[in-house]
Amino acid sequence: MSLSANAFESLELKNVGRSFGGRDALVDLNLTIRAGEFIALLGPSGCGKSTALNCLAGLLPLTHGEILIDGKRIDVLPSEKRDFGMVFQNYALFPHLSVEKNIAFGLQMRGLPKAEITRRVAEGLALVKLEEHAKKLPGQLSGGQQQRVAIARAVVLEPRLVLMDEPLSNLDAKLRLEMRTEIRRLHQSLGLTTVYVTHDQEEALSLADRLVVLRDGRVQQIGTPEELHDHPANWHVADFMGYRNLIDLRVESVTGDLARVSGPDLSLTARLVQDAAVGDDIRVAIRPSDLLVARPGASTDGLNVIEAVVNVVEYQGREFAVGVTTTGGQNLFVHAETAPTAGATVTLTVDPARALIYRSSLDIVSAEQQELAEVRG
Amino acid sequence: MTSATSTASRSKSSASLRHRLAERGVDTKLWLLVPAVVFALLLFVYPFAYGIGLTFQPLAGTQEKWGGGFFANYIAFFKDAFVFDSVWLTMRLALPAALFNVIVSIPIAFKLRGKFRGKRFMQTLLVLPITLGTVLTAQGLLIFAGRQGWLNRFLMETGIISEPLQLVNNYLGVFFSLVISGFPFAYLLISSYLSGIDPSLEAAAKTLGANWKQRFRRVTLPLLAPGLATTFILTFVLAFSVFPSARLVGDASGDTRVLALMAYRAFSEQLDYSMASTIAIMMGVVELIVIGIVFLGRSFLYKGSTGGKG
Repeated sequence: MSLSANAFESLELKNVGRSFGGRDALVDLNLTIRAGEFIALLGPSGCGKSTALNCLAGLLPLTHGEILIDGKRIDVLPSEKRDFGMVFQNYALFPHLSVEKNIAFGLQMRGLPKAEITRRVAEGLALVKLEEHAKKLPGQLSGGQQQRVAIARAVVLEPRLVLMDEPLSNLDAKLRLEMRTEIRRLHQSLGLTTVYVTHDQEEALSLADRLVVLRDGRVQQIGTPEELHDHPANWHVADFMGYRNLIDLRVESVTGDLARVSGPDLSLTARLVQDAAVGDDIRVAIRPSDLLVARPGASTDGLNVIEAVVNVVEYQGREFAVGVTTTGGQNLFVHAETAPTAGATVTLTVDPARALIYRSSLDIVSAEQQELAEVRG
Repeated sequence: MTSATSTASRSKSSASLRHRLAERGVDTKLWLLVPAVVFALLLFVYPFAYGIGLTFQPLAGTQEKWGGGFFANYIAFFKDAFVFDSVWLTMRLALPAALFNVIVSIPIAFKLRGKFRGKRFMQTLLVLPITLGTVLTAQGLLIFAGRQGWLNRFLMETGIISEPLQLVNNYLGVFFSLVISGFPFAYLLISSYLSGIDPSLEAAAKTLGANWKQRFRRVTLPLLAPGLATTFILTFVLAFSVFPSARLVGDASGDTRVLALMAYRAFSEQLDYSMASTIAIMMGVVELIVIGIVFLGRSFLYKGSTGGKG
């Protein structure tokens, strides 16, 4: 299929904001999307990611800011004139129209000649491998098939931008994985610029070229999957990127980029990701896979050592997910290769370089503001 | 063969008879239906059958005039122009009134779909006429729109018209009254059908490039159409059996000589109980024909899930 619809160089969101009755759902979203890019908006429910998508689609008017395509404002255009394709969470297929008529809908709205509509509908059906279901009504299809129809309906228009609103969240786990691969394949073969909304970090990491992590309507971090995965900008992003252990501690001493942090029962050496001074309340983030259950007699030189009691052991195929409680009552999550027995005391080790120190507060202090504060200081 | 025998032996259930009956919904709870069945028999089935019986007992006068023995009443109904014309007179009122109620309700239900301040007030205002009886409506119409009513007096005094407008005691009066009493029903039904349509369908049509006319014609209307047909039938039936307003604000001997009025006259003025029953039964038949035609049309429409809250 010859879809090459990247009709723009860059799409720019400038200070885009949206409030509902005085409550800010989205604040100052700044983002430049290059043609062919796959962007994922990631965040917990209510973080403003769907609001951002609906603003882009033109289904919600902006309260602040502007959206530009190659320098031309498009946020003033009604939805039907933006030439974007959208895939909805609940598919939003027209229940009274057959699969092929659903796919043809947008083409008909554009007033294309009949022969071309027939050709492109056939191409769309082939793209999502639903040729034999062309005459069926959406109600007769499974969830995964319906979602494929919705995707075909959006991409046959060769839109400038494809918007996807949690398209996989209504599917079961196995289907979700299949469709994820399918979406990735479609994106790679068609090169459609895509903005994808999800609350599933795994989905976002595997699909996107760049991720935008949102919280309370504010951008937390924008970056490639590697950047976000390896260098989360704050503890909230870290939490989303699989740093399941977040421990509130206080800084005791700082040496270089390492700091000694401690709490009532726990004392660690960890790496400073955000600046912190002695006495600051901080949050240490550690991935479960970085907390190792030490074999008896193994050397623990240079590692942090934590004593804990095993609570829960979950089998996860290759390894075990273990919930433990430290002597002071801090719950931690650990991965182990062999199953410890519940109630047993284990020794955990963590490399100081793998324990990240973040400020407890999430207020983003930009370099500019920091400088300003220093000057005024 | 083995599988066939095994299913045959399976179908003989080992469960007790009571258990098997309960599975088909036959259990002691069925006794709860008794009051309803008694009421239905006493108040509907028996009078209805009795009425049908009456239609086959024409008065001697009717038999002499129209012939046909038992069927004299029916022959009279179709051959007596004075009676039969009333079918068209009733249709001429009920069909446009029902259509008007449905068509006017659509945009209003559409506009009142979203959330906004004062929505409840607007809805109450629109539905309020349900609480007014027909007689009250008729009285109000006479006072407001009669020859000496407020409206005519206002229009005459401001010099917009020189002769009072004839708005009541004719076809128009009854039509207004049917709209006042029928519109709330139509509006309530249509707005509930409309809320059953998933709003994301319209959003999807929007992103696919459909303007509001195309969205309405291609998405909303096809999904709403079965509901519109049902609403039309309901308001039509209400309008077809119009009686009080036809007498109070209509022209009972002319344009609004509706069937209900004819049945009433046969009964009270001519003391012909059997002819009155015949007219009543024929009213039902005409309504059934219209309902049949509408449902036939409806059977070609998509009636499945519309994705909304139902």
